[in-house]
Amino acid sequence: MSLKIYTNRCKGCGICAAFCPKKVLAVNELEKIEAVAPENCIQCGQCELRCPDYAIFVHKEGDEK
Amino acid sequence: MNMEEMINKYFRPGRLPHIWCPGCGNGVVTGCVVKAIAKLDLPKDDVAVISGIGCSSRASGYLDFNTVHSAHGRAIPFATGVKLADPKLNVIVLTGDGDATAIGGNHFIHACRRNIDLTVVVYNNSIYGMTGGQYSPMTPTGSKATTAPYGMIEPDFNLTELARAAGATFVARATTFHAQMLSDLIVKGIQHKGFSLIEAVSACPISFGRQNKMGGPAEMMMWQRDHAVPIAAWDKLPEEKKEGKFPIGVLYEVEGRKEYTEAYDELIAMAQGGK
Repeated sequence: MSLKIYTNRCKGCGICAAFCPKKVLAVNELEKIEAVAPENCIQCGQCELRCPDYAIFVHKEGDEK
Repeated sequence: MNMEEMINKYFRPGRLPHIWCPGCGNGVVTGCVVKAIAKLDLPKDDVAVISGIGCSSRASGYLDFNTVHSAHGRAIPFATGVKLADPKLNVIVLTGDGDATAIGGNHFIHACRRNIDLTVVVYNNSIYGMTGGQYSPMTPTGSKATTAPYGMIEPDFNLTELARAAGATFVARATTFHAQMLSDLIVKGIQHKGFSLIEAVSACPISFGRQNKMGGPAEMMMWQRDHAVPIAAWDKLPEEKKEGKFPIGVLYEVEGRKEYTEAYDELIAMAQGGK
């Protein structure tokens, strides 16, 4: 799993879900972001770049130290 | 260093989540400031972050550098003092559009005129968000605010032109949509010797967007994407197509103008030289 979500930081603004090109993310009924289709993630990093709350990070495979 | 490591390194532990509203652009701008500092690999003790009062100015409280959360509009005077006391410091001012152009407007133009080596990042969300959406000098003409329920009748400041006319030697603008460009511009601003202004066009979905029916946070970010024009394309754009749009990128840069702390040091050396 390459997406890391800090649920306590997420305020459910939905920016990451709107900019995700593969519809991986959605805001759930608790107004928190959730990876609904993680298998579709292409690790483009749009969510991490645009999240104003530092609540989602993309760790690319092969990127580990 | 990836983004998560940057946040862990440069933010004070236990201070997140921050107080900004859902979808507020301030988090993106502050993230870009941190990315710029990480890219330059500046030691934490060599950076001073000074802020005024307002939503954006809360940023200094989250960041793990030498920080001052100063008085309303007075971030630049505090920063001037810090810079003169220790010119080796990289002094970064984080301020809002109201803080920088209304309450601190006079300090802003005189810091530009002196060309003191500060990097000023103005979070421009077009409104006073924290106090409930009153208009600022950068609220676009015609936009609604709680103090302008029929629309703002005053013309708004073009901050980048103001800074250039007042004597700033590095002037740039980006938006929270253009986050990569924004952090690159902050890198250039920190490297520049002299006064640097980076206007960061940010969204306030709660106090500005809602009153002006601009949609949610994502729609406001798309508005930035659709209305910002990179400077190279802007220069070729016919006048009638510039209506309602604004240029982004490095808008003005000049090298070689005397920097204030250097001029001051020379003056001290000259005055003490005869003794």
